[in-house]
Amino acid sequence: MQSTQAPETTDDTPMQIVAPDGRRVTSERNAPYRARLAGLDDDDLRGFYRDMMLVRRFDTEATALQRQGELALYAPLLGQEAAQIGSGRALSPQDMAFPSYREHGVAYTRGVELPHLLQLFRGVDHGGWDSEAHRFHLYTLVIGSHTLHATGYAMGVQRDGLVGTGDTTQDTAVIAYFGDGATSQGDVSEALGFAAVNNAPVVLFCQNNQWAISVPTSKQSRVPLYRRGHGFGVPSVRVDGNDVLACYAATTEALERARTGGGPTFIEAVTYRMGAHTTSDDPTRYRTSAEEDYWRDRDPIDRLRILLRTEGLWDDEAEAALAVEADALGERVRTYVRGLGRPAASSMFDHVYATENSLVTEDRTWFADYEASFTDQGGAR
Amino acid sequence: MTAQTTTPASTATQLPFAKAINAGLDAALAGDPKVLLMGEDIGPLGGVFRVTDGLQATYGEDRVVDTPLAESGIIGTAIGLALRGYRPVCEIQFDGFIFPGFDQITTQLAKMHYRSSGRLTVPVVIRVPYGGGIGAVEHHSESPEVLFAHTPGLRVVSPGSPQDAFVMIQEAIASPDPVLFFEPKGRYWEKGAVDLSTGPYASGGTSAQAPAEADAFDTLNKAVVARPGTDLTLVAYGATVATALKVAASAASEGTSIEVIDLRSISPLDTTTVVESVRRTHRCVVVHEAPTFLGSGAEIAARVTEQCFYELEAPVLRVGGFHTPYPVAKIEHEYLPGLDRVLDAVDRALAF
Repeated sequence: MQSTQAPETTDDTPMQIVAPDGRRVTSERNAPYRARLAGLDDDDLRGFYRDMMLVRRFDTEATALQRQGELALYAPLLGQEAAQIGSGRALSPQDMAFPSYREHGVAYTRGVELPHLLQLFRGVDHGGWDSEAHRFHLYTLVIGSHTLHATGYAMGVQRDGLVGTGDTTQDTAVIAYFGDGATSQGDVSEALGFAAVNNAPVVLFCQNNQWAISVPTSKQSRVPLYRRGHGFGVPSVRVDGNDVLACYAATTEALERARTGGGPTFIEAVTYRMGAHTTSDDPTRYRTSAEEDYWRDRDPIDRLRILLRTEGLWDDEAEAALAVEADALGERVRTYVRGLGRPAASSMFDHVYATENSLVTEDRTWFADYEASFTDQGGAR
Repeated sequence: MTAQTTTPASTATQLPFAKAINAGLDAALAGDPKVLLMGEDIGPLGGVFRVTDGLQATYGEDRVVDTPLAESGIIGTAIGLALRGYRPVCEIQFDGFIFPGFDQITTQLAKMHYRSSGRLTVPVVIRVPYGGGIGAVEHHSESPEVLFAHTPGLRVVSPGSPQDAFVMIQEAIASPDPVLFFEPKGRYWEKGAVDLSTGPYASGGTSAQAPAEADAFDTLNKAVVARPGTDLTLVAYGATVATALKVAASAASEGTSIEVIDLRSISPLDTTTVVESVRRTHRCVVVHEAPTFLGSGAEIAARVTEQCFYELEAPVLRVGGFHTPYPVAKIEHEYLPGLDRVLDAVDRALAF
């Protein structure tokens, strides 16, 4: 397979394949990307819709669970379904994804059980899934740190000889997800630098959801974020992040370039966080309802539903069947979260080090004796 | 059983500290194709202290990597490489330049194994030339080891002799846990006997064979009696081991027998060896270059006091840097715990 040509674009208009009203867009700009959709059939399109609907339902349930006191915190993805499902579905099984902490949709595309994501927010685990098995790394809460991990991992992929072999089941790419706020962090710039000079097979996927908690993108950067890549010599593209097909096509293109030896790509997916930053946040303090209405009219799920219906691929019966499936997922999420027990307090001493460590052993022993002292006095505390 | 320092076998070669570390890195690179070095200026230049001298010529640019000038980038990408199965050894050019990488070390490197419930290991080594006495400018002489020792998940070690430097760097690389490897740069040019057949790689091993048991990493876990004595225990590590040995020699000429403990590791801390020594000598002085306030000496003093309260003839005393930024070079020898300041503390302890 030949390495693909990097897109030479300085067009700030996000690349779009489906307009907010559900019409397909045909332009010279999106022509090469439209070609990327040739491999998709009707089931794939319905699959994108189903994926987005299910992760939105998961999101609704998780938010409700937090409001009911079942989760300490939750980071909603509402509004970012297209960016996550479109890019996530572009990944090959052997590719590796490094998320921040809102990538529930990408996790879903990597086969992570959605309820398992909530162990972190329930406070019973710092992770909750096998990151190697799913090729989906654990969430990283320090903004931007993992973009370097992804780049280093990609440098390892290079050294393993899994780039540009021509074997599509072996050639491997890495993708890192981060937000608009993260682009202000030094680590993201350093990741761009390391990725560029090493020609690392990594895609740096920025979901510009317009708000870094309460601070707008205009206070993070004087230039459109995708242009940051140009300064590092990294091909960069701006896509409509609420257009699942545009996200899929652009990510497919970037991943293929990475796998075939063409190096890194920076993608800015322009989207909108329709909910709060986390359940502790109050967006009414920093943004207007008019702004929210503007973006509600550009809902990523609505536009694909219109397209599917217009093209005769979706009907009320299919919608009803999907609603049943979503209800079942909601029930599964609730049951799973409420069934999560409290870890043994002594588990805090597990896995601090890979080897036994005298400091941890000392503390573990002290704690066990302390706990036992209550038992000696006639029962557990 | 207290570990005693052993004279390397007759096959030993006289090597300065820096060359001993170079030889240890060479053994690891030769022993395991997954080991790679990364840092600023470590390639053709061989590092500003020449610790990696000649290694890129032998192992190539993919295994001895000259990186962009970005400490967070070096450590962050090393974490990614480790997640992919590599064993990166990062060089931070000077102690005071480690802080741009502090976040990656403390929030990511230290926590990855814990965060993943043990599923992921990140065997990254970070080499830090540290400490003063070389007449350098600002940010080139600091001792930030405790900032890392305070972070669970990290090992923090510092060799006190060329022989230990040779073995400890190999054990650090073989360890599945991240290791902060503090090199006493003021001693880089001092020679000592090194047995080049010792250590997990030099003796023919690979990381893949390295057992996960802590006992496999003797020099990373166990302090050593660098000089036996009966009247007072002098605890040191890294650059101050040589100072402590000079103090002991000087005191011996006045009839005082000082036992010198080379800690080797600040985290974990081999309290047992220190406590056993103090139970024999009944007095303890701790020496380090880092500021005394909340330094490793404070931890050792607390532990010795707790475990040897009835055996102590004097309070545990500390000699270290002052609560000032590292001073300008022309007065750094007044800041550093030199022979006279340590002897003064020894005299005060003996006078109780």
